[in-house]
Amino acid sequence: MAEHRATETGATGTDDPAQAAPDEALVAFVATLRKAGLSVPVGATVAFADAVALVGATDRSGLYWAGRATLCTRPEDLDVYDAVFDAFWAGGPPAVMRPLVVATPVTLALDDEDAPDPDDASLDATDDDGEVLAVRYSPTEVLRHRDFAECSAEELAEAHRLMSSMALSAARRPSRRHRPSRARHGRIDLRRTARGGMRTGGELVSRHHTRPGERPRRLVLLVDVSGSMEPYARSLLRFVHAATTGRTRVEAFAFGTRLTRLTREMATRDPDAALERAGLAVDDWAGGTRLGEVIGEFNDRWGVRGMARGAVVVILSDGWDRGDPDQLGEQMQRLARVAHRVVWVNPLKATPGYEPLARGMAAALPHVDRFIEGHSLAALEHLAEEIVT
Amino acid sequence: MTSPPADPTWSAPDSVAVTADALAAHDYLTDEGLATAVFLALRLQRPLLLEGEAGVGKTEVAKTLATWIGGELIRLQCYEGIDLAQAAYEWDHARQLLHLRTAEATGAAAGASTDDLEHELYDERFLVRRALLRALDHGDGPPPVLLIDELDRADDEFEAFLLEILADYAITVPELGRVAARVPPVVVITSNRTRDLHDALKRRCLYHWVEHPGIEREVAIVRLRAPEVGERLARQVAAATAELRGLGLYKPPGVAETIDWASALALLGQDGVTAETLDATLGTVLKYREDQERVRSNGLESLVADAAARHG
Ligand SMILES: Nc1ncnc2c1ncn2[C@@H]1O[C@H](COP(=O)(O)OP(=O)(O)O)[C@@H](O)[C@H]1O
Ligand SMILES: [Mg+2]
Repeated sequence: MAEHRATETGATGTDDPAQAAPDEALVAFVATLRKAGLSVPVGATVAFADAVALVGATDRSGLYWAGRATLCTRPEDLDVYDAVFDAFWAGGPPAVMRPLVVATPVTLALDDEDAPDPDDASLDATDDDGEVLAVRYSPTEVLRHRDFAECSAEELAEAHRLMSSMALSAARRPSRRHRPSRARHGRIDLRRTARGGMRTGGELVSRHHTRPGERPRRLVLLVDVSGSMEPYARSLLRFVHAATTGRTRVEAFAFGTRLTRLTREMATRDPDAALERAGLAVDDWAGGTRLGEVIGEFNDRWGVRGMARGAVVVILSDGWDRGDPDQLGEQMQRLARVAHRVVWVNPLKATPGYEPLARGMAAALPHVDRFIEGHSLAALEHLAEEIVT
Repeated sequence: MTSPPADPTWSAPDSVAVTADALAAHDYLTDEGLATAVFLALRLQRPLLLEGEAGVGKTEVAKTLATWIGGELIRLQCYEGIDLAQAAYEWDHARQLLHLRTAEATGAAAGASTDDLEHELYDERFLVRRALLRALDHGDGPPPVLLIDELDRADDEFEAFLLEILADYAITVPELGRVAARVPPVVVITSNRTRDLHDALKRRCLYHWVEHPGIEREVAIVRLRAPEVGERLARQVAAATAELRGLGLYKPPGVAETIDWASALALLGQDGVTAETLDATLGTVLKYREDQERVRSNGLESLVADAAARHG
């Protein structure tokens, strides 16, 4: 596991993060870059610290270039990097350059380069074995199976946090940094990892690996945010966000009477911020539904042209629709023809006595490969399995 | 240009300065940013991703590294549709077939089990080794330099495949097993950025955005690569080129064009750039007719004047 031992200097007696203990200063610098909008992967922090150690950082420009080589990945990053660098290290020579005193090991980051921020509360690094990670929140089985519509605010908050850790596992690729001898094969098996993480409720969980294969298929998620979905929409969007952070090649849309693409909004790392941005982008929140029209619009503008080709398309909706059922059937058929698989997630499916009698749902069903529940964590866990395979 | 012979006992450099000096000794002039990126790539044994416009000197970095290190330069030029067979390995079907026929003809096949035969067919001698496999499965001595040139031209599926290989410097040939590099090759990936490369790939690499050199460095490059060009001419050519690069041309001149242009002018006995000589040699520095027309209609006199005013 690529782990970096950091050491602490004595207290500096200042609030300037640039004057903190050396590696802490580097971590704080990376955090500042992230806040400024740079997307810096976890592994990069370790590489940056390694680079600074190698370059020596006896002057500002060594530090500057060590960061450029390890933290930036596009020319567009450079302006932000420059601005943050100047501001962050403005308070004189960085503490990095000073001799180190006490040696208290601090684990900097995970070895997994695809993992989200190290400060992500749901994650914790361990220092001995690359195969374990901690999932901090411990849900009860009750919460796992509780209908989102019946959750208290606290329970919802807990469920949402869990969702982040669940999809987080989906992103994991084998950890293979520059130490081939310790390299692992296979990507993390979301199905087993997500399950394990939830079941053990906060114990250390081993990551399960599958064999390396092709990169994941594109995943397209369409979430119904109309009035009848009100009790679920936010939770499902959370799930969408988690799925988006968890892997590449994900597209997200919200719909009611019209379709709004949310891929950009969902790319914001912080789920609360992402949800807020999504709320601003969608202007028919909690209104009516026109499923046929919306799926048609998706097909015409994106799906059939390429986005849905060979993709796993997930529609999260109760299927209650005032529009023309024939149109919906027709559009679902078009979609099913190009998609690898169409999954319909219906939060009402679990409601006793619910039959897909809603006209829209009935029209759509013949063109759906999988029809599953989506009302609880356990149900979404099941959805996660559908998505990764 | 005479370069010092490759050092037989090459080992990764100790510092950025040592890196810059070694590259300069092999006729490549870096700035601190590029030298740092190269240094870190060598020390951290990570691929180096160089992005930038055409002609800024990306490919040349890999070539220079190979001469310095003394390892083989293994170049994989990317193009649309490049795949495993062209990039890594393929089985020589013709020779496999021939082997099978021979076995049949000599009766050797009769006694052998199907398994044995198949085993024989997938013997290493029927394996055609392409760049990626050769770069991993190299012999003793200094590591080769694997140049994956213009990766932006390849499809992104190919990138995914490359990622697997670069992640642990190993490749699995299903019929033979896993081939892992004992000493990882030095990997340089270039992209002209006609499209974005995959984030996952970028994460494996150290990154450097290569810009056109500044005036001083470009003068030095011209003098190094075309020693017949005098200081004054080199400076005026570099200044005029910098001016041309600011015009938003279809294909702004690269470093190679600056060198060619300076040599052409030196050959014509010039020791500076004038509107007349610029007119006569514009084709050396601008390859596209549209660009030439654009510059002419802007006025050659004013270009020369601006260059002198700004960089004189
Ligand atoms: N820094 C440099 N030092 C010396 N020569 C350079 C330098 N940069 C570019 N050149 C010259 O410019 C030519 C073109 O560079 P090249 O590497 O082919 O550009 P790119 O790959 O970016 O398109 C090289 O062959 C070399 O002669
Ligand atoms: Mg090139």
